[in-house]
Amino acid sequence: MSSPDPRDVFRNEAQELLEQLEQALLDLENAPDDGELISSAFRALHTLKGSGAMFGFEAAAHFAHGLENAFDLVRKGKAPISGALIGVTLAAKDHLRILIERPDEALQEESDRILADLSKAIGSTGSQKGGRATETAGTAESETAEANPATTYRIQIRFPANIMDNGTNPLLLLDELKGLGSCTVSPLTTRIPPIDAIDPNSCYVDWDVLLTTDKPRSAIEDVFIFVLDEMELHIEEVAIENKRLGEILVERGDAPAAAVLTALSRQERLGEILVKEGATSEDRVASALAEQRHIQTSAAKAQQKAPQASIRVPAERLDNLMDRVGELVIAQARLREIATTSQDVALRVVAEEIERLAAELRENTMSIRMLPIGSLFGRFRRLVRDLSQELGKDVQLLTSGEETELDKTMIERLNDPMVHLIRNSIDHGLERPEGRAQAGKPREGRVELSADHSGAQVIIRIRDDGRGLNREKIRARAEEMGFLTPGVAVSDNELYQVIFQPGFSTSREVTSVSGRGVGMDVVKRTIEALRGSIEIASTEGAGTDITLKLPLTLAIIDGLLVRVGQNRYVIPLSMVEECVELSTEQDLRSKSRSFLNIRGELVPFLRLREMFKVTDEISPYPKVVIVSADDRRIGLVVDQIIGDHQTVIKSLTKLHSGIETFSGATILGDGSVALILDIDHLIEFGRVQEERLKAS
Amino acid sequence: MAKTVLTVDDSASMRQLIKMTLGGAGFAVVEASDGAEGLEKARAAPVDLIVTDLNMPRMDGISLIRELRKLSSYRGVPILLLTTESDDERKKEARGAGATGWITKPFGQDQLLGVVKKVLGA
Repeated sequence: MSSPDPRDVFRNEAQELLEQLEQALLDLENAPDDGELISSAFRALHTLKGSGAMFGFEAAAHFAHGLENAFDLVRKGKAPISGALIGVTLAAKDHLRILIERPDEALQEESDRILADLSKAIGSTGSQKGGRATETAGTAESETAEANPATTYRIQIRFPANIMDNGTNPLLLLDELKGLGSCTVSPLTTRIPPIDAIDPNSCYVDWDVLLTTDKPRSAIEDVFIFVLDEMELHIEEVAIENKRLGEILVERGDAPAAAVLTALSRQERLGEILVKEGATSEDRVASALAEQRHIQTSAAKAQQKAPQASIRVPAERLDNLMDRVGELVIAQARLREIATTSQDVALRVVAEEIERLAAELRENTMSIRMLPIGSLFGRFRRLVRDLSQELGKDVQLLTSGEETELDKTMIERLNDPMVHLIRNSIDHGLERPEGRAQAGKPREGRVELSADHSGAQVIIRIRDDGRGLNREKIRARAEEMGFLTPGVAVSDNELYQVIFQPGFSTSREVTSVSGRGVGMDVVKRTIEALRGSIEIASTEGAGTDITLKLPLTLAIIDGLLVRVGQNRYVIPLSMVEECVELSTEQDLRSKSRSFLNIRGELVPFLRLREMFKVTDEISPYPKVVIVSADDRRIGLVVDQIIGDHQTVIKSLTKLHSGIETFSGATILGDGSVALILDIDHLIEFGRVQEERLKAS
Repeated sequence: MAKTVLTVDDSASMRQLIKMTLGGAGFAVVEASDGAEGLEKARAAPVDLIVTDLNMPRMDGISLIRELRKLSSYRGVPILLLTTESDDERKKEARGAGATGWITKPFGQDQLLGVVKKVLGA
């Protein structure tokens, strides 16, 4: 299985961190004292440094280290945030991006120059050089254990009683010591209190260890590296020679020399005498004897550690998972179909269980893919800043609804169209400061981005308070280009749709930013490819308001399955308000279109039988499904409501994609196809028909 | 039963690296992107080892360790801190807060496995 190379993950992450850094910097411009922003910038740099070095982006890590030092001063209040500092840091951020994108280029000079600028901006005299030293430290650490001659060490280990409180397991440390060579461990148990006084979380045992190893002494210290400051550790080299017990005891300081000499003179078992006389303790003697034995049998061999394996996880797995969940949902629908017609209770229970699990799995998989749209909005701040400088316009970017979640793919694909729309707003929409002042507006123009949920849709709006669209100009140009027939009245909406025609532009001069007439058609196509829609509203002199409506997800929706004639259709459940019965009386009142009284409110309805030219036998009890979109409601008369249905959306073929009544198709449990009704379109269809009726 | 490791880091690449290394060595790896989330996940299901970054949004590594040590179920569970050379002075603080040990970045996969083995056993 292939996997995302951590280097690639790092590269992606670095982009995010750089964005985080940039945002923090831009915010700091307005709120230089905000500690959280400074921390955020510092953290981003810290991670870039740490991870950069780990994944082989040394130049970037080194450079980030310099930046981090500077921000550490800011964080500690030793240097103030200034416009100059933010300017240099923004440039540094761009440079850092290059260092990560092109790690192999020699950019040291540029790095040094920016760091020097940074030192100047921060007012510190000591330039932020160095840092390479840290890398050499890393290599020194991994110094290879050369084949030293085996040495025997006597290791006395005395832990504090609370050693286990912070997760240290003394036995594991002893195991680790054992791994270093041939080892004899003797516990000293004299400190263990009576059982009723024992705190199971405390450590009462000391250890003496004899270790024969070819590893250096530092390897032994390394075993205790985390606890070195809190414990007592004595490591001594012991000569490999036959020693008497008395010698060992004295050497270790476990018994006074005089007592040993006296005892020896009695020609009895030395250890027993010394213990009896209280000169030492039994466990100490046992430990010393163990040392004697260890030395006698000492022949050390070093052991090597276990091999390592790794698991790699592919990035496309998420997409594959989504596909599989889609297939599962279809298979589950088939199972349900079989279960409902079966008498087997056990089968039905399992089918229900699987239905519930499939729904949960779908929700979960979907939620993995959801991201807050704030990550997208954040990217535009730099764009707005740069554009406003380039075009000499003061622009304030306001965002709201950043927490609104949207499918990841959707967010990625929205980037380009939104960049285009924002550019348009700033370049064409907003006037220059002088122009704004003349029009009685604040000199600073505003671009507002907002996102909001509305049922199963996300509404994204891009609003500016600029000059708005010039109807006459667009009209004239549209006629000139042959998009509109001169003299025919059109609604605002129809007129503005002209803007989305390929090649349409009213701008006479082409700026580097916009005016080439390339793009709005692409914007519209991209949005529609996402099953979304785009609308423009504008008030001349007051601004333009562009609304994007997008489905929450691209893949699966909850639907209401209905029957009209012999065919079945799916209505997106999120758009369904309620289902009511159509009384014979109401039915008779109108042939083609009428109104239904829903709790005092008149709701128009459409007969799908008539729309789809169904000639089968009429159902005696037709139902009306009330659906809504954008505050507009409409009833759809169907023959039967079958029930809810998890719908995996399959797009229609190119040949059929022009049919606006349907937004897609799905496969039902029995393998047949049901078309998904495009409610937006049906509502619009109803409205047009209503107007026509009124007119006639 | 595979032992479970919780990796708490705001850096996705670090989490990925840890997941790859420890996952490859047979550990089950749970991820959290900051201290607060880490605490939540540790509370929700017991884990055998926690590897946490130091500098993170919402809750930093040392605060996370302090919070974990307040829970009786995490009194003796090993917690490792990821640090860099520049964090040296904070190691003591971390130890005081209840960290079992630390790993200094940059580190290799072998080093990580070594330290994990040190605090968790083979």
